[in-house]
Amino acid sequence: MAPDAVIDREQTAAWAAAPVLPGPVAGQASPGAVPSNHGGGITLEDVTVSYKGITVLERLSLDVRPGEIMAIIGPSGSGKTTALRAVAGFVRPTSGRIRIGERDVTDLPPAVRDIGMVVQNYALFPHMRVDENVAFGLRARREANEAVRAQVAACLRMVGMEGYARRYPRELSGGQQQRIAIARALAIRPRVLLLDEPLSALDAQIRRSMLDELARLHRDLPSLTVLYVTHDQTEALTLADRIAIMRGGRLIAFGESQAIYRAPPNRFAAEFLGHANLLPVTLEAPDAEHGLARARFGASTLLAASPHGLLPGQGCLLCIRQHDITLRPAEGPANTLAGIVRAVRWQGDLHSILLDVEGCQLRLSCTPLREPPAVGAVAQVHFAAADASLIPEEAAGNG
Amino acid sequence: MASVSVPMGQRIRFDMRNVWIAPPLLILAVLFFYPLSLIAGVSLAGGGHSISLSHYTAVLGSALFRNALLHTIGIALASSAGCLALGFTLSLILSFVPFPGARILARLIDTFIALPTFLVALAFTFIYGSAGVLNESLMRLLHLPLAPVDFLYSPWGVILAEVTVYTPFVMRPLLAAFSLIEQAQIEVACGLGAGPFRVIRQIILPAAIPALLAGGSLCLLLTVNEFGIVLFIGAKGVITLPLLVYDKAIQEFDYPTACVIAVVNVALSLSLYSLYRMIMSRFGGARAGLV
Repeated sequence: MAPDAVIDREQTAAWAAAPVLPGPVAGQASPGAVPSNHGGGITLEDVTVSYKGITVLERLSLDVRPGEIMAIIGPSGSGKTTALRAVAGFVRPTSGRIRIGERDVTDLPPAVRDIGMVVQNYALFPHMRVDENVAFGLRARREANEAVRAQVAACLRMVGMEGYARRYPRELSGGQQQRIAIARALAIRPRVLLLDEPLSALDAQIRRSMLDELARLHRDLPSLTVLYVTHDQTEALTLADRIAIMRGGRLIAFGESQAIYRAPPNRFAAEFLGHANLLPVTLEAPDAEHGLARARFGASTLLAASPHGLLPGQGCLLCIRQHDITLRPAEGPANTLAGIVRAVRWQGDLHSILLDVEGCQLRLSCTPLREPPAVGAVAQVHFAAADASLIPEEAAGNG
Repeated sequence: MASVSVPMGQRIRFDMRNVWIAPPLLILAVLFFYPLSLIAGVSLAGGGHSISLSHYTAVLGSALFRNALLHTIGIALASSAGCLALGFTLSLILSFVPFPGARILARLIDTFIALPTFLVALAFTFIYGSAGVLNESLMRLLHLPLAPVDFLYSPWGVILAEVTVYTPFVMRPLLAAFSLIEQAQIEVACGLGAGPFRVIRQIILPAAIPALLAGGSLCLLLTVNEFGIVLFIGAKGVITLPLLVYDKAIQEFDYPTACVIAVVNVALSLSLYSLYRMIMSRFGGARAGLV
């Protein structure tokens, strides 16, 4: 394995400052050259993709800002990879338009879209050495040999793999192969970087390390627009500025990562992103205290944020994250619930406790307890009103 | 600490399983090695009782033999090259160009392998022969007194027939090799700016080299020994080694000469087979199953 600190800041600066592709070298324009491409965002306008009458992506509209990391997450078959492949040009939309920067690329082949792509299984060319892999895109764009050599060296240094240039992919570990795949994608200085589950094939430890490296890489290449497809919410929350959640080919939720995590717009988003607790409540007063809404849960009255314009009397769900619930009740009766402990699980760095509160399951996680409650005991829990939010009962509509 | 004892003075034990090698060896000896030794014996005796290489010198020095050897190698090389080119192109289309029926077509190719070789030669006679569909149509259409298309009775006819018959032998390993190429590799290459020809040249072709070498050497081996097509087409002046053996043995009853040519043909075939095995072992391991 390469050393942990693999992203070379000097090299990333050199990468960003170097002439943009596909001009062969600085000052030499090649016929058909695409102009400078940094800072290009991605826009999907009502993109629908159907195969043999089956719609796998339905009227998806997304706007990835220049220099932003946007994560598309969702379960298998949600259409997230189809959306990414449509941007890459490997899937032709049945309807809708796709723009990269100002350019409409809907009808353009992948080769001229100016994209870098990293996929789950790296897709390194097995018969080429590491440096030849990284140079592939530059050679395809007919860059001069000298420029290719310089760029390959810079990219390999950038991912901490300069000592592996003459190796074959089969001689590298999974993490190293992924670094080469990233270097290969970045070597062409693409307008956008498309990452399709890039860390899924790695084990947990290397995945965490690669996640840090990707975050650092983007900090050093702030003009790079990244579309990141994953089913792993941790990857999405760690890296992405904004998150789009998909299900069944449709966009279910979309917004700033923290906002969508703190106040998910619907049940699916709340459950998929962070496995939130959802309690069925009835809204009593939408703006009871300090902008918080009052809701009834059985015999209890709970306070929570209500960002989705719910009406009094409306049945809705109170969403509260596991880590926002404390086992010992705070002072005062507000947002305090009593439940029967159904399960207690020690998971090393935390305790996970499952409670039955008026027939509903409530899971909380906390730092390991010296004296965890016994199963069957009655426990009181509390959460802050600002940490809870009310969401519509129906899981429908975009966020 | 536990000690490990090593038995001293091990005796070679008779393993009953070794007995099972005897029946296949016996069958091989009776059906293959004995007839082969008879042919080798006749080729060395030259019709007499004393063994010498004089008959070999005479046969190998004859213009007829040299001509047959050149024809055999030339036709085999040209046919194999044709098979490789056509097989690679067709396999590319079947594997990477999605169209309805591609899978059925790929399976149909297997049935070609099962057909007798002369069948294609017979079909070609009906199509391209002097009285074939093509010539009759052209003669009627253009009011020609003679058949305008007569390539069938030349080495080109033999080559075309052999290419038709043996291309599936190249396609089978190629299709298997192509099925192992990650689609993602091709997509990434396209995304990096590579056009179709660069993708074929730099991504697909290197992955297909073991299959091409194996398929090509197998074609070479089969076309060197091809008899039915050459005989059936009866191309003017096209005498190959198997056909020369047939002429000498069956038509002229010159068994010693036929045996010398047969021995040379066998040596040539075994050399090509060794080449085929060498390629298989060179590109063995995980890819051995492909070839």
